Amino acid sequence: MSLSASSIKIGDTHTEVLVEDLKRTQIVQYAGASGDYNPVHTDEKFVTEIAGYPTVFAHGMLTMGMTGRLLTNFVGDGRLTKYGVRFVNQVWPGDTLTATAEIVDIREEDGQRLADLTVTTVNQDNTAVLTGNATARIDD
Amino acid sequence: MAVEDFAVEASHIMMFARSIGDDNQIYYDASYAAGTEPGSIIAPPTFAQASAQFDEDYFLRPKPGKTWFGSGKEATGLQKKAKDDSDGEKKDGGGAAAGGLHAEQHFEYHRHLKPGDVLSATVKQGETWEKQSKRAGTLKFSETITEYRDQNGELVVTARGVGVTTEKVIEN
Repeated sequence: MSLSASSIKIGDTHTEVLVEDLKRTQIVQYAGASGDYNPVHTDEKFVTEIAGYPTVFAHGMLTMGMTGRLLTNFVGDGRLTKYGVRFVNQVWPGDTLTATAEIVDIREEDGQRLADLTVTTVNQDNTAVLTGNATARIDD
Repeated sequence: MAVEDFAVEASHIMMFARSIGDDNQIYYDASYAAGTEPGSIIAPPTFAQASAQFDEDYFLRPKPGKTWFGSGKEATGLQKKAKDDSDGEKKDGGGAAAGGLHAEQHFEYHRHLKPGDVLSATVKQGETWEKQSKRAGTLKFSETITEYRDQNGELVVTARGVGVTTEKVIEN
């Protein structure tokens, strides 16, 4: 699946629930796959007694990875040319995350049609945890 | 992170995709992937970050014979923060680190990664800046730019990470 300039318009959105009731085990799974074993993400004793947080929290990159899934589902596989985010609030075990991408521009660069998107991921309280933008190649 | 030999492998892509809850067949099924536009298995958009696995000195991975700052019997094997550790290991300014948080991450894809790629990455320090925050006190930001090149020396992914250290713990 990919997008074409003739079938989309500025303001079109795509929303997906990324995860419901985020499990500590998924955070462990991400640590193992990514190689980022920072104990703040998986080590309750360290994070509460030493780092001073209420509990473990997800890697920002886990949220970015899950949000990337929404983007590739929307724009198609191998179509992203840029994807960047800010991590604006922490993601905790038990969070339910929902992401929305919106098409903000459709343009042409060096003969290639592109769509610019913004993306926002919110938690169950509708608080943003990630904001970002992306650019994707689209068809005519 | 600086790495010399980041071999992109199908099994690693599969595990990474699982960890982000992405069951798209293009990340694990070669025959399905052959019929897609990319024409082969590709890596998910944030996969380059797993280069940490290939950084020998990566600070956020326990290593045999080295002190680890996470908990065992006690809450930590070190006093307070490994940040002050003087063992000379590299710290990753652009990523989450003990005492630091990941503030931003940006990728530019010159092409998408696929099994068989062997990447090397070079890291440049970018800007540093400070900001005042009511919630977290003085925020110190530092940027790193990582360029991933393939076995032919072609630039494939440019990554820009921003790390932040906060004066106070952020509890939302």
